[in-house]
Amino acid sequence: MGLPMLHKPLGLLAELTHRCPLGCPYCSNPLALDDRQGELDTATWARVFKEAAALGVLHVHLSGGEPGARRDLVEITSASHAAGLYTNLITSAVGITEKTLGALAEAGLDHVQISIQHSDATAADHIAGYAGAFARKLALAAEVVRLGLPLTVNAVVHRANIDCIGDMVDLALELRASRVEIAHAQYYGWALTNRAMLMPTADQVERASRRVEELRKQHHGSIVIDAVVPDYHARFPKPCVGGWGRRSLNVTPTGKVLPCHAAESITGLEFWNVREHSLADIWANAPAFNAFRGTGWMKEPCASCPRREVDFGGCRCQAFALTGDAAATDPVCHLAPEHTRVTTLAAIQSDAPYIYRRM
Amino acid sequence: MSATDPGASIPDDARPKLPRGVRLAQSEAQGGWVLLAPERVFKADAIAVEIIKRCTGEATFGAIIDDLASAYAAPREKILADVTVLLRTLADKRLLEL
Repeated sequence: MGLPMLHKPLGLLAELTHRCPLGCPYCSNPLALDDRQGELDTATWARVFKEAAALGVLHVHLSGGEPGARRDLVEITSASHAAGLYTNLITSAVGITEKTLGALAEAGLDHVQISIQHSDATAADHIAGYAGAFARKLALAAEVVRLGLPLTVNAVVHRANIDCIGDMVDLALELRASRVEIAHAQYYGWALTNRAMLMPTADQVERASRRVEELRKQHHGSIVIDAVVPDYHARFPKPCVGGWGRRSLNVTPTGKVLPCHAAESITGLEFWNVREHSLADIWANAPAFNAFRGTGWMKEPCASCPRREVDFGGCRCQAFALTGDAAATDPVCHLAPEHTRVTTLAAIQSDAPYIYRRM
Repeated sequence: MSATDPGASIPDDARPKLPRGVRLAQSEAQGGWVLLAPERVFKADAIAVEIIKRCTGEATFGAIIDDLASAYAAPREKILADVTVLLRTLADKRLLEL
C-alpha cells in the first residue's frame, strides 16, 4: 500500500483562547488549559488564515474558550474575512457586547453560533456555572438577528436537559435562529471527568432521538435541526472529524495544530506549531497528522471491515481514553473487542455535583 | 413531512437572493466555485454559478430566465425548468430566498 491520499482540509477550528467566564462541565477544551501569556498574536492568526485559505480551507470557526475574551477579536475576524474565509463565531455570548458584535458584522463575520445550556434560565445558569449567562445569551441572540446575521443555537445535550429538547428547539425558533444543533455530549476532557454526572439513561436517549425526528418533520422549512449522536449508546462509531487528517484541523491558543480538538489527550503524538511551520507543511508532514491518516494503521476488526472508509474506525481519542490504545477500534463499535466497556459506562449515572471547568 | 415539490413553479416577479450567511466563493485550492453556508459547503458547477450569480435580489425571476435564455441561446422553457429545480432545491435547504 502506498501513502494515504492527501485530501484538502475544508474547515479550521481556531481556538483563540482558553479563557472563558463559563464553567460548563462538558467543555471540549483539554483539562490542562493554556493561559493568556502563551496565546498567538493577531499577526500570527492573520498568517494562519492566509495559509489556510491557500490550503483549501473554506470555513473558519472562531472559538475558544470564549473568543470574546480576546481584545483583538475584531481584527482577527477582519483577517479571516480578508483571507476569503467563511467566518463563523462560536460564542457563549458572555463577554461580547452589542457594540463589539456590530464591529464584527462590519468586519465581515458571516455567521454566529450561540450555545444554550437549557430552556429554563435557572437550570441553564446552573449548568454553565455562571449566574446571568442565560439572559445575556437571549440578548445577544436578538442583536445577531437584528443585524441580519444568521444564527445557530447550539445545545449540548446530557441527562439534565435531554428531556427538554423540544423546549430548546422552541427557544431557538423564538430567537429566530435558522439552525439548531442538538449535540449530545461527547466524553473527552471535562465531559469525561463529569461522565457519570452527564450520562443520560438508555431510555432518555431513545426518547430523545424519536423527539428529534418528530421536531424535524414539524419544523421542516423553518429551522434546520442538526444532531450529534450520543455515541455511547450507538452500535457503530461516529466518523470522527470525517477521518483523521482528512477534512479539518484545529489550531490551539498557543499555535499547536491538531487533527481534532481532543487529540492532545493521546499521549505520544508529536504536534507541530504554526510558530515554527507553515500550515501546509503541518498538514502534509506533521507526525500527528500522519499517525492515523488513511487505513494503513488499522487493526482488526477495522482493517477488513467494509465500513473502514465510512467511519474510519471511529474516534482515536475515544479508543485511547477507553482502551489505552489509540489504534484500537473505537469501543463504541459493537464489533470492537472492548465494546462492553462502553455499555458498562453508559449505564453508570451519578447525581454528584458537577466538576466545573475552571482555569 | 411536506416534501417540497422541486418542480413547483416560481412566480415571475419573485426576486431570488442568497440570504445573509450564504455566499458564493472561489477557492483555487478546491478547484473552483463553492456555495458556502453555516457548516455546509456545496460545489457549484459552471451552470449553477451563472444562475446563482444572477440571484441578487434585484433581478426578477422572469428577467433571470430571459437573460439566461439569451446568453445561452437555449429554449426558454428548458431554462425555466432547469432553473426552477435548482432554485427550489436551494430554497428548500435555506440557501436561497425566493
